Amino acid sequence: MREGFHSLSISRLAARLARGEVSAVEVTEAMLTRIKERDGELNTYITVDEAGARAMAQEAEAMLARGEATPLTGIPLALKDVMVTRGLRTTCGSRILANFIPPYDAAVCARLRQAGAVFLGKVNMDEFAMGSSTENSAFGPSRNPWNRDYIPGGSSGGSAAAVAADLCIASLGSDTGGSIRQPASLCGVVGLKPTYGRVSRYGLVAYASSLDQIGPLTKEVRDAAILLQAIAGHDPKDSTSAPVPAPDYQERLGREIKGMKIGVPREFFGAGLDPEVAAAVKEALQTLTGLGAELIEVSLPHTEYAVATYYVLAVAEASSNLARYDGVKYGLRADGKNLLEVYAQTRAQGFGAEVRRRIMLGTYALSAGYYEAYYKKASQVRALIRRDFEAAFRQCRVLATPVAPTPAFRLGEKVDDPLTMYLSDIFTISANLGGIPGISVPCGFSSRGLPIGLQLMGPVFGEADLLQAAYAFEQATDFHRRKPPF
Amino acid sequence: MALTRDEVLHVANLARLSLAPEEIELFTRQLNDILAYVSKLQELDTAGVEPLAHVIPVFNVFREDAVREGLDRDAALSNAPAREEGAFVVPRII
Repeated sequence: MREGFHSLSISRLAARLARGEVSAVEVTEAMLTRIKERDGELNTYITVDEAGARAMAQEAEAMLARGEATPLTGIPLALKDVMVTRGLRTTCGSRILANFIPPYDAAVCARLRQAGAVFLGKVNMDEFAMGSSTENSAFGPSRNPWNRDYIPGGSSGGSAAAVAADLCIASLGSDTGGSIRQPASLCGVVGLKPTYGRVSRYGLVAYASSLDQIGPLTKEVRDAAILLQAIAGHDPKDSTSAPVPAPDYQERLGREIKGMKIGVPREFFGAGLDPEVAAAVKEALQTLTGLGAELIEVSLPHTEYAVATYYVLAVAEASSNLARYDGVKYGLRADGKNLLEVYAQTRAQGFGAEVRRRIMLGTYALSAGYYEAYYKKASQVRALIRRDFEAAFRQCRVLATPVAPTPAFRLGEKVDDPLTMYLSDIFTISANLGGIPGISVPCGFSSRGLPIGLQLMGPVFGEADLLQAAYAFEQATDFHRRKPPF
Repeated sequence: MALTRDEVLHVANLARLSLAPEEIELFTRQLNDILAYVSKLQELDTAGVEPLAHVIPVFNVFREDAVREGLDRDAALSNAPAREEGAFVVPRII
């Protein structure tokens, strides 16, 4: 029996735990053993918390025994190392936080703890969530379980690879420009970025505050609904969280999508789209049609400006957010003759190249004389992108597009060319700028056997629409059942 | 709007980042590539468009000004690189 736990979904494992067929402690031990034996091949974990996981598993056992189990009680999860965990090192993939032990829990971690979940540890990511491959991690890159010469995507690459390789049951990631959806697509798992404000970001290390959002990476669509349910909702400690109640996200799973209007934005199928990705996504559209959905061609005319808009706004916000790493209150401190030198040396030694590049770019965009040309201009274009979505959602319930322009690329292929790396987020960035939710669901494989994802985007607070459509698609296909050769 | 080497050094100083000599050239080139790409925003006429900073309608969030528990001092200082008598220690400033 022990053999099979790691590949179970949340809902199946929860059913076994509820029936007493297996204990939370046994499950956790099996997962810790698997991580110890296999994670060296993929480098998905930065920190494995064996003692903490065991204690949480004991607590879950007690909850199960008392009849107080939630859908997540005893479920072993991996957390992207960008959300703080009380007493458990949180590095953000950076040297500057390599020894940071948070004195409090992020809101999402507190909620999961309360629900009886088990934290196996903290998983790898591009430093400060800046990147699309996890190659920017100070702890070494993670590898794609479908082919270890390829990147798992990023920045939540550790989460996606760990879920795909059954090194956890599910994971939480964060998405600022595609950092949940793109790695989910490249690793063949489900990744959901909720609406901006849907999930509290209290305790999420800030990158770009007007864009960041936490969400689940899971083996199946139902698991994404379960995990979102546990973390969604208003939090007084995050003033940007929306005071809007969360609906029942599982309610519409299994309902047919006959007559559902699905918009296909023509700008997402143009030049630069890999032919194999195009073919897989077009076949996915046919599957949706076969399920009774009605495809409508729509236009999001400002799509080609999304990446440029993002690389002004996100870096400007980052330059401000990352000013806090000064070697005084926490984190690395370098030596210097005076305070200014301590700052400059600490930040030079503590931050990797991509983080410094973005801080420089953001500082420049906000510096005297350039604000109008960059930040204000980009904020105006953002308004146009938002309007495009509003117009599209007057014609359809959800939008269907590719997630990433290509399947996973090789390790090292784009590290020396930041701009090319930025373009791997060309189809995911718009949703962050518009504040809308998006989900990646497996929809095929390339000729090299690398996964391809379908992106569905919905209107603000339209997560239930996305989950309904994604579930219908998943149940009609078997891409999510295929396992990597790991 | 090409960035010069001096401007890169100026921005690095504003951002409190010291750059190694070889990085100055590399960053100057890479930042110019990115800025050239970003300049495509100038193609769009945005006259009269209200800038969008926040995507959901949440404004001025208030709460009761009530005393509640926060981090205690030892916890807040627990990650400090240097601390003394309940305070953060930094190099002499004055």
